[in-house]
Amino acid sequence: MTPRIDITLNVNGSDHDIRVEPRRTLADALRQDCGLTGTNVGCEHGVCGACTVLLDGEPVRSCLMFAVQAQGRRLRTVEGLANAEGLHPLQQAFTDHHALQCGYCTPGFLMLAVGTLERHPDIDDESLREVLSSNLCRCTGYQNILRAVRAVRDSRRLAREDAR
Amino acid sequence: MKPAPFQWHPASSLDEAVALLARYAPEDGRVIAGGQSLVPSMALRVALPAHLIDINGIASLARLEVEAGRLSIGACVRHAAFEHPVEPGVLGRLLATVAANIAHAPIRTRGTFCGSLANADPASEWCLVAATLGATLVAVSARGTREVAAADWFHGIMTTALAEDELLAEARLPLLATDARAGFHEFSRRAGDYALAMSLCTFRVVEGRMREARVGVGGVEPQPRRIPEAERLLEGERPEPETFARAARAAADAVDPLEDIRTRAAYRRDLVAASVRRSLQAACDDTH
Amino acid sequence: MSGGHASSLAPGQRHNGDADPRRRFVGARVTRLEDPPLVRGQGTYVGNLGFPNQLHMRVVRSPVAHGVLRSIDTSAAREHPGCRGVWTGQDVADIPPITFRPTSVQGLEPYRQYILARDRVRYIGEPVAVVFAADPYVAEDIADLVTMDIEALPVLLSADAPPGEFAPGHSTEAGVLRKQFGDVDAAFREAHEVVEVDVRVGRHSGVPMEPRGALARHDHSRDVIELYGAGKRPHAHRDAVAALLGRSPVGMHFYEGHIGGGFGVRGEIYPEDVLVCLAALRLGRPVKWIEDRRENLLACNHSREQHHVVRAALDRDARILAIDAKLWHDQGAYIRTHGARVPDMAMGTLIGGYHVPAYRAVGHIRLTNKTPAATYRSPGRFESTYACERLMDAVAERFGLSPIEVRRRNLIRRDQYPYPRPMEILDHPVELDSGDFPRLLDRTLEHLRWDDLQAEIARRRDAGECVGVGMGFFMEKSGLGPVDGAKVNVDTRGKVQVVTGSSSIGQGVETVMAQICADALGVDYADVKVIHGRTDMIDYGIGAHASRATVMTGGATRMAALNVRRKALEFAAAHMIEAPIEVLDIVDGKVVRTDRPGEPGIPLGRVAAALAPSPEVVAFGIPGLTAEGWFETAGLTHPYGIHTAVVKVDPDTGGVTVERFHVAYDIGCAINPMLVEGQIVGGVAQGLGGALLEEFVYDERGEPLSVTFADYLMPTAREMPPVEVLLTEDAPSPNNALGMKGAGEAGITGVGAAIAAAIDDAIGKPGAIRELPVTPQRLRAILAGRPAGA
Repeated sequence: MTPRIDITLNVNGSDHDIRVEPRRTLADALRQDCGLTGTNVGCEHGVCGACTVLLDGEPVRSCLMFAVQAQGRRLRTVEGLANAEGLHPLQQAFTDHHALQCGYCTPGFLMLAVGTLERHPDIDDESLREVLSSNLCRCTGYQNILRAVRAVRDSRRLAREDAR
Repeated sequence: MKPAPFQWHPASSLDEAVALLARYAPEDGRVIAGGQSLVPSMALRVALPAHLIDINGIASLARLEVEAGRLSIGACVRHAAFEHPVEPGVLGRLLATVAANIAHAPIRTRGTFCGSLANADPASEWCLVAATLGATLVAVSARGTREVAAADWFHGIMTTALAEDELLAEARLPLLATDARAGFHEFSRRAGDYALAMSLCTFRVVEGRMREARVGVGGVEPQPRRIPEAERLLEGERPEPETFARAARAAADAVDPLEDIRTRAAYRRDLVAASVRRSLQAACDDTH
Repeated sequence: MSGGHASSLAPGQRHNGDADPRRRFVGARVTRLEDPPLVRGQGTYVGNLGFPNQLHMRVVRSPVAHGVLRSIDTSAAREHPGCRGVWTGQDVADIPPITFRPTSVQGLEPYRQYILARDRVRYIGEPVAVVFAADPYVAEDIADLVTMDIEALPVLLSADAPPGEFAPGHSTEAGVLRKQFGDVDAAFREAHEVVEVDVRVGRHSGVPMEPRGALARHDHSRDVIELYGAGKRPHAHRDAVAALLGRSPVGMHFYEGHIGGGFGVRGEIYPEDVLVCLAALRLGRPVKWIEDRRENLLACNHSREQHHVVRAALDRDARILAIDAKLWHDQGAYIRTHGARVPDMAMGTLIGGYHVPAYRAVGHIRLTNKTPAATYRSPGRFESTYACERLMDAVAERFGLSPIEVRRRNLIRRDQYPYPRPMEILDHPVELDSGDFPRLLDRTLEHLRWDDLQAEIARRRDAGECVGVGMGFFMEKSGLGPVDGAKVNVDTRGKVQVVTGSSSIGQGVETVMAQICADALGVDYADVKVIHGRTDMIDYGIGAHASRATVMTGGATRMAALNVRRKALEFAAAHMIEAPIEVLDIVDGKVVRTDRPGEPGIPLGRVAAALAPSPEVVAFGIPGLTAEGWFETAGLTHPYGIHTAVVKVDPDTGGVTVERFHVAYDIGCAINPMLVEGQIVGGVAQGLGGALLEEFVYDERGEPLSVTFADYLMPTAREMPPVEVLLTEDAPSPNNALGMKGAGEAGITGVGAAIAAAIDDAIGKPGAIRELPVTPQRLRAILAGRPAGA
């Protein structure tokens, strides 16, 4: 073991003061040290995407970062999606479209979708499928995940058009 | 798959990074930028650096700009930066095409262009770009700065001219001529996977004939390179499918493919032929 | 607890227990009750659980595929300041090897695995030692310090090779299974044609997104060992693990939280599960073990690797007279909890939905120095369906008939059901319960717009594209019984709790049971909470596997709910409403009078409250609005289906794009069509993985090469075609009241066959595809006329 470092992680708007070894991955720090177990670990080598979180609004694989590298950045995890009024539209859409079965890949897909739609609200179907192919799911065969994300994209587009 | 212990040294300037590297390189110290290749190898405990010099906080290394006819790419420039053309010419468009083939979006958010060049995986797309276009790599250490041509950079699988106390601070790509065409093709098992073979081709079209053709092949040999046997068959010819096919076959014959229990040399040759032909066709069709 | 069978009706009660009063939820696409915590990131996967003072266990695994374990050096590990214990085989010498399920197959015992290797190691990845530390990172550091001296022995890596020595006196051919009916030799003598295929399925497996894990705690005050992270068959495995540890079953309880996918590979008894329980007991601290992905690919059950040589004897009209099958099953290094079930099922289901008058199958169970193999979704059936369908396609080619025509001539007709087959599978006699395969074929062709599809393919071929279509016909088996039980309870607020012995592996069992209960009882499904995977809450359970949960647990849930319904109506009629029971019903959770529709009813919660213990209540029956229900199935159910694939081949690279995939499936009665479709599409994804991408590859020393997701390739959203699902209910099962058949394996079973047939069609070479997965390299070699592997 190496000496631990005191760091502060800003997650979902709150600061977490933790003490970790440099080798502690961001995924493990979120889960163990911050107590936010919603982010799942599927492979620890950056392929499956189950550990996806948002780093300053962009989807990243938290198993490929060390916690010490995330200081001073804004992190968002699945626990930050729902609010007092209820579920995030994507969480509701996943439920409505049966886009999850075992749920293990779901937080990663949700954060990937949130980050993607926030930055590319008009993303086309083919590009969306390309982005969603970043993450692995073993239960659903992806069809319903694609439907759920498209549904939120489309309803937001309609809402923007109605607002004009 | 947790990494072995290491000490972490974040640097806030290039000078500081270089000094840390001089100090710790002899003690298994390495540079970490994007970490998208390094961290998995640490998780598998194949890489066991005792010290990591973290350059992500060095603002000057985020430089990405055209200067003196070349695109200068600092060590912290991410793959994602290239997803939209970074310069208005042929090069910018080519890099955007290539970037879309690199892994997946979340990897591209973190991984860096220079990191790929320092890592020198035979299946790295940027390495093929550097080798084919003739990049210049800028290596910095406490002993000074030196420039290495791409032709001298790649020494083998995951092996480069970079000394253990050197940091690859910048890569410079020559811009392509306004009458140049460029094409890229990669074959992999799934989208985003490492290439089993890939090809990058450029040529200028002068009075209906191909000039200054470059045919680069990667993912097939220990390092990417240009294939002169194929380039010779293009020089002065019209850009036509039969010519492309001849050049592609020559490239397939010229390579000495890596072979392992999963992938046979004969199959890699087939893929080289297909990739070269398709990238030449893509270059031919590349009208802006 | 009061209970009852479907056959006993309360006096005066004209309600027919075999027909539900309403179908408001059964058959509806209601959203899942499981989803809210999962989308919020509140899942209770075992990796998220922990106890104070717990230790982390890390397994040290053999780096050699076959050898004599001369010595293990744990001294450096013990000296690490964070080390809290190290065990090798000697430290657990009193624990017997892991058992397999009861079977009539003899002679498998010598091939069982000890929880830590003793004198020999037989596969890379085999547990040899375990270390304990307070932090998982440190545990991994300590594990790396353990070294061992192994004298290498020759490795055996193929089930086709001549058997070697497993141990002195025991060959690596653990057994030979035989099935036979009819006079096969006579049929082959009289045959007009004999057609043979020689085919292989590559080694692959379930690979769920959540790696395996377990957390055990010994509650000293009650002397109970609790295991968290259980799944699939909590009761059976609790009993088995307790026996291995020399404890009574009541001294162990298994708890199932959320599970990140099962697919048949999670929830079996692995060495690590036993070690975790033993460690909690002996070290006096909770012990947690979470494997990493490399370990999962190395040590979690593999599957599918079989070599089939199958011959058919045909008459001049291409009708099957007999089928003769030989199979070599690569079992890996040990026989695990499934015994010989996988080759048994492969042999028993090979002839699918075809009329086969005579059949012989011989299955060689061969051990190799690779990861042990066991069940993976549609075990044995993905493999044997592939073999049989390749054979049927070869028959079509020989006779100059279309693949569809050959099926028409040989599929069992509706009027031939129930169709007995004079053989056993898993020690059960085989009788196909119901079916109309020819009708499903008609409906499939219609749904596909077959003629238009053929015309489009012809057009595209003329334009130079390499496209084709192929089909795979399969018969499934589900609803494995024989009995299951459930308890239903209504509390004083009117909320319903169903306690089952089932298991949730992500398939939606909580929702499906709630739907069945809701309709049978007369409540809203959202008011029903389903408990599963808790050995401390129900004494018996069958878990969830073999696509049985809907049929068996659903049947039991329905019985229990009907029993609660009857109890509520009887009590209400006797003590709460002045009305004869014939005019009472339960609607929306209230007991109402059907002869006075306007009157407010009595909420079930009030009935439950009225059933609190009192002399009056005890005179009526057992207190509480609670009942058990037991369901016995008359036999397995046999759903069936057809998979159709449209593929495009890139002849220069051997790359295959699956453009379209169609699943037609007769499910008898779909409780929640949305969930069924989800199971099917997910199964197709896994099937495509097995057909085109996934393979556990070994080098000549037995070194596994597919140990990360960079090497073991699974489909992403990009590789998935649009999947169309045609669900039919033309042949409900007579073996349960709702006619249900299982669907967990419907999406996967025929994929290998359909893809192989489609690729043959695209490249215009019938029978070219013999081996799965069809990697681009293999396909390119076929197209280039090179030998395989060149």
